[in-house]
Amino acid sequence: MSHTTMTSRRDHRAGRLAMGSRALVPRARAARLHGWLFLSPALAAYGLFVLWPLITSLRYSLYSWDGVTAARWVGLDNYRTVFSDSALLSVLGHAFQLIIYFSLIPVTLGLIVAAVMRRVVVGRLGTVARTVLFLPQVVPLVAAGIAWNWVLSSNGAVNQILSAIGLGGITRAWLGDFTYALPAVGVIGVWVLLGFCTVLLLVGMSKIDPVLYEAAQLDGAGPIKEFLNITLPSLRQEIGVCVTVTVIAALSAFDIVFIATSGGPGDATMVPGLEIYQLAFYNREVGLASALAVVLMLLVLVCVLPIQWFVNRGDVRA
Amino acid sequence: MRPARTTRLSGAALLLVLIAWTLLPFASLFTAALHQSGTYPSGISWPAHPHWDNFVQAFNVANMATIFKSSSLIVLGAVPVTVLIASMAGFALGQLQVAGGRFVFLLFLLGLTLPFEGIIVPLYYEIEHLGFLDTRWAIILPLTGLFMPFGVFWMRAHFVNMPLELSEAASIDGAGTWQQFWRVHVPLARPAVVSLAILTTVWTWNQFLLAIVLVNDPTERTMAGALGAFQGDWGTNVPLLSAGSLLILAPMILIYFIFQRQFISALLQGSVKG
Repeated sequence: MSHTTMTSRRDHRAGRLAMGSRALVPRARAARLHGWLFLSPALAAYGLFVLWPLITSLRYSLYSWDGVTAARWVGLDNYRTVFSDSALLSVLGHAFQLIIYFSLIPVTLGLIVAAVMRRVVVGRLGTVARTVLFLPQVVPLVAAGIAWNWVLSSNGAVNQILSAIGLGGITRAWLGDFTYALPAVGVIGVWVLLGFCTVLLLVGMSKIDPVLYEAAQLDGAGPIKEFLNITLPSLRQEIGVCVTVTVIAALSAFDIVFIATSGGPGDATMVPGLEIYQLAFYNREVGLASALAVVLMLLVLVCVLPIQWFVNRGDVRA
Repeated sequence: MRPARTTRLSGAALLLVLIAWTLLPFASLFTAALHQSGTYPSGISWPAHPHWDNFVQAFNVANMATIFKSSSLIVLGAVPVTVLIASMAGFALGQLQVAGGRFVFLLFLLGLTLPFEGIIVPLYYEIEHLGFLDTRWAIILPLTGLFMPFGVFWMRAHFVNMPLELSEAASIDGAGTWQQFWRVHVPLARPAVVSLAILTTVWTWNQFLLAIVLVNDPTERTMAGALGAFQGDWGTNVPLLSAGSLLILAPMILIYFIFQRQFISALLQGSVKG
């Protein structure tokens, strides 16, 4: 995220080294060797438990394998299945629908709430709201899933509130409803991620030079114009981070879905992470699960890299 | 210029609604936990006779003491090693001139966006092959690897901002690379190290996927993994499940309210730099 600043720092340092460190040359050579020694434990852990499984994932994805008997080479067949099987395609579709709830709503609402905390409700209530809204970030997602599973059940608090305000007609078991289960899972995502986005955007807003706002007020700009012309453009970095983190959370959702719905009713809330888990460990289709895993990892990259590019490109121009 | 009174009131109302909405699941769990075990409570309601003993029962049936110990052991196994080797690598990439360091750094960056589900299947067979299945090592070892992209990125960001003169001065004083690292740089890296330790502790404690895939016995799992098993066993007993969930949540929430400031800043910095 801060690639540009890093590069310039490095160049600066290289220049300094070239000028002033002739006496240190033998030491520098030793340091170069030591560098690799210092890197090696991290590389070993990363290689053994991330890179190696990553390569193995690619390899598995080209086989038909039940995890026990001999694997059979099938080339790209598993990938063809991922992109042609309607059930698997709808699983990928669900992941994208979740982006609306996990990403779009928390970031938009977070902007509004942060603006309110910063400019409208300053003081104790703002501080309390910040602390409370951030709380879901430290709670295990499993616990969020259990709590919401109960809140959204037919006997739960949501239906109780709806009945109390005269909307008793629309109450239902939200997570068991074919139409509403996925949006209901989305609501849990909003609950988890809203505070994170709000607080991050709030920190970003506190870095904006107040002079900008004073100037805008002298020009007679209203709060909305202020928000659009000053706040929003100044927050590009923070919005970029929020979108990146939340999009990854949406595409790789697992814990919440596993606990709240197990993908049901039917396959209404089945998401890629859970499908990989079930394919590999219940259906014993390790090859297909691995192909889906590779597709998921690529999807995340395809979604995240343009966001990063957009955020950083803006940086260079500014 | 202060915002108009109506604006302030509606702003305050919005915040109050959101506070209530955030606390709703906790309140709902809490009141449900006080109903008689085995009954089906209705929404948020205070029972005529609160059954505080549900917490005792949940503590016992969930093996709370055991899984608390197990979770702590996993944190102790994963976090210090992660922080140490990530600091060493960050130091190498930020302070030492390493041939090919740029490539190594990019290799670590590659892992930053990786969803754990992407590699969980081969990880299972690898851990099985190594003979660690159903032990805490099955969670500790992969987590150490999975934390590396973020950990190295995080510590490098710190070390790259420290003046090179520090190392130079130390090396003129005759300190070897290890002494430079351990005596000079690590003490100065305290804030970055503490943040990384907080983050990785939360992530370990809450780790679910690795726990349910790689460890069958809930008493060898993380808190989150054990909670998953508890839901499997007691899912239909809402009061007991609620009491158990609250007990499992309690330590993290307590720590959050004590170290609120550090928590928020660590989690935020973590995401900005990540």
